[in-house]
Amino acid sequence: MPPLSLENHYMNTGKPALVEFKDVEKSFDGETLVVQDLNLQVQEGEFLTFLGPSGSGKTTTLLMLAGFESMTRGDILLAGRSLKNVAPYRRDIGMVFQNYALFPHMTVEENLAFPLEARKIPKSEIASKISHALEMVQLGDFGKRRPGQLSGGQQQRVAVARALVYEPKLVLMDEPLGALDRQLREQMQYELKHIHESVGVTIVYVTHDQGEALTMSDRIAVFNEGLIQQLAPPSEVYEQPDNAFVAQFIGENNRLMGTVESIRDDQCSVRIEGGQQIVQARAVNNGPAGSRTTLSLRPESVKINPEGSGYSERFEARVEELIYLGDHTRVRVSVLQHDDFIIKVPRTDDAPVLQVGHTCTVAWQAKDCRALDATQD
Amino acid sequence: MAIATTSQPAEIADLPLKLRLKRAERMRKLRALGLIMPLFLFLMIGFLIPIGSILIRSVQNPELAEVLPQMSELLRAWDGQGEPPVELLSVMARELISAKADRSIGKAAKRLNYNVAGFRTLLMKTGTKLERAAKKEGLDVLLADPDLLSRFYKIDKRWKDPRFWAILKQSSERHTLYFLLQAIDLDWDQFGEIVQVPEDIAIYRDVLWRTVWISLVVTVVCLFLGYPIAFLLATLPTRKSNLLMILLLLPFWTSLLVRSTAWLVLLQGQGLVNDVAIWIGLWDEPMMLVRNRIGVYIAMVHILLPLMVLPMYSVMKGIDPYHLKAAASLGARPIRSFLKVYLPQTIPGAGAGVLLVFILSLGYYITPALVGGPTDQMLSYFIYFHANNTVNWGLAAALSVVLMVCVLVFFSIYQRLVGVGNMRMN
Repeated sequence: MPPLSLENHYMNTGKPALVEFKDVEKSFDGETLVVQDLNLQVQEGEFLTFLGPSGSGKTTTLLMLAGFESMTRGDILLAGRSLKNVAPYRRDIGMVFQNYALFPHMTVEENLAFPLEARKIPKSEIASKISHALEMVQLGDFGKRRPGQLSGGQQQRVAVARALVYEPKLVLMDEPLGALDRQLREQMQYELKHIHESVGVTIVYVTHDQGEALTMSDRIAVFNEGLIQQLAPPSEVYEQPDNAFVAQFIGENNRLMGTVESIRDDQCSVRIEGGQQIVQARAVNNGPAGSRTTLSLRPESVKINPEGSGYSERFEARVEELIYLGDHTRVRVSVLQHDDFIIKVPRTDDAPVLQVGHTCTVAWQAKDCRALDATQD
Repeated sequence: MAIATTSQPAEIADLPLKLRLKRAERMRKLRALGLIMPLFLFLMIGFLIPIGSILIRSVQNPELAEVLPQMSELLRAWDGQGEPPVELLSVMARELISAKADRSIGKAAKRLNYNVAGFRTLLMKTGTKLERAAKKEGLDVLLADPDLLSRFYKIDKRWKDPRFWAILKQSSERHTLYFLLQAIDLDWDQFGEIVQVPEDIAIYRDVLWRTVWISLVVTVVCLFLGYPIAFLLATLPTRKSNLLMILLLLPFWTSLLVRSTAWLVLLQGQGLVNDVAIWIGLWDEPMMLVRNRIGVYIAMVHILLPLMVLPMYSVMKGIDPYHLKAAASLGARPIRSFLKVYLPQTIPGAGAGVLLVFILSLGYYITPALVGGPTDQMLSYFIYFHANNTVNWGLAAALSVVLMVCVLVFFSIYQRLVGVGNMRMN
């Protein structure tokens, strides 16, 4: 896949970026690049998430920024200063690790005092900074405990407090919520978001959980195979994926493979593989007429037996499976020679009554169907 | 029968819960007991009973009381003041003569010789002379002689020395602290006061101090050599660390005797180390590296190093490698990260290694015996020496007790400083 031009996605706030990656490359074995052609700016005060599957280069990128991995090529600037020959302990970057890396032989207070003592901050200030940081993560009474006596969520908060207590401009988080159970994870997402808003610190966050990324981020950089696939605010990444990988990786997605018949302005006609039906789609990242393309369609954009004329694309479908999920029902239908087409039907009083084996009409608006690259299969 | 079986559940149900639980658990407890029984018996027979018997042997003193029973009884009753009473002398003469006849006198004589060199010949001579006199004059006449004392004086003038009588009286007790006192260079004087033995024959305190000192040096050297090795083992990639581990353990799988002898060969005047050092010009004359303290240190450190490294390695292996990264990200220089974050977490392993190496060194015997000189022998050597060469079991046992107490003392100091609960072996 050719690297995408990311110029349009830079936030142009006029301020210089806090962090700037310049043509950064990383290789471990001298044969393959785990990170390539990385050009990225992180704005001050921003919550930027690196999202991608494992092995996509997101954590390596974070570790290069923290100073634990060297760059094979390129440079990273922090507040305009090159980090190339700056040791990790001089970078003044906070970091929250996946397993928290709290020091088990120290109490919570001693853990928090550690970065302050390393900075030779006077004792009187240390105490007030610690209590302030503990208040911030709602652990005011836990200072004397050891990490081993805390629950996972509490340890997580201590790790956050420790990374913030010396007021670094930039805090890196490497899948910090990965070890928590679902409920706690969601709660911590909101708390992190609130802390970010109230402190105003810049956060670079790494996760493979798209829900987490969508909830918390100002912008998301979607990584795959060492390349940033899309860099945009969450709504844009979800609603307007640039390519088939992003569409597939974030949220649920119906893929229809086809061949471009004709293109007119930002519309194109696509003939679905294995049949003769033509689907109208928005031309986003497809090739010229005659090339293969992936059509991407979110399950919630598709309607079953809709009334009115708002939905230009209408096809006959057969209901294959119904999965009841409380607030909505997932309906799997076979349509356009694809039998894994998913539709989400919200539980409302006027929801269509469906039965497995019955036929129905599925419909969507042409603008919701995006014609993307065909490299994914 | 049918009634009995149907009524039983009701009966059981009436029992209090605690009792029912106990019954239910009984089988499990019995099984657990059965599983530990072999080890328990083995420990009893192979460890506790021998140690107990050594403890008892260190205070046992049966020789005189067995060979010369009535004399021993009278000696115990005698206040030890002035000249020995004639009644005692008479019993002594009779028992010496009969002991001479059945040759058991040698046992008592040998025992008395522990206290003063020469007591053995004195007793044997006295027995022989008394026996001869009894043959000439008749036993009854001899025993009835009111001036038996001057006969003793005539036989040997050492009987005039109250010290010999004091020793005789002390040795007549069935249980004695004599060996334990001797093991720390103490003795009774003729008045029964505990005094230091003369400097020219005092030895065991020096040996004890030497044993502790050698053990301390070996432990400290092992700690400083072993720490970086353990760190490397714990942080290297698996393949490399496995190779290093095999190199470390290879000597460990070789017999102690072979390794000690190998060091003797390597370190001797015409040995490999000296030859190489002279060849590359480190020193000109062959250096004394063996049959002295340096040899003992080199060989013992080499032998005990794996025991220091292994517990440290296993503790270091358990330390999250992210801790050092976290410390760096928090602004700590490498030295500070090491001292504040890494080192404190390795103390349980280092503590286990220190305890293991120190206590094992305290009991070392073969290695110093092979590569050390006469002034490098440790306490165990003397235990062996008295058990096998002089066959003075009392002293050998008493020295063992001293060694054991020494281990316990150091263990309790260690317990205060580090805490055994803090120690981790795996």
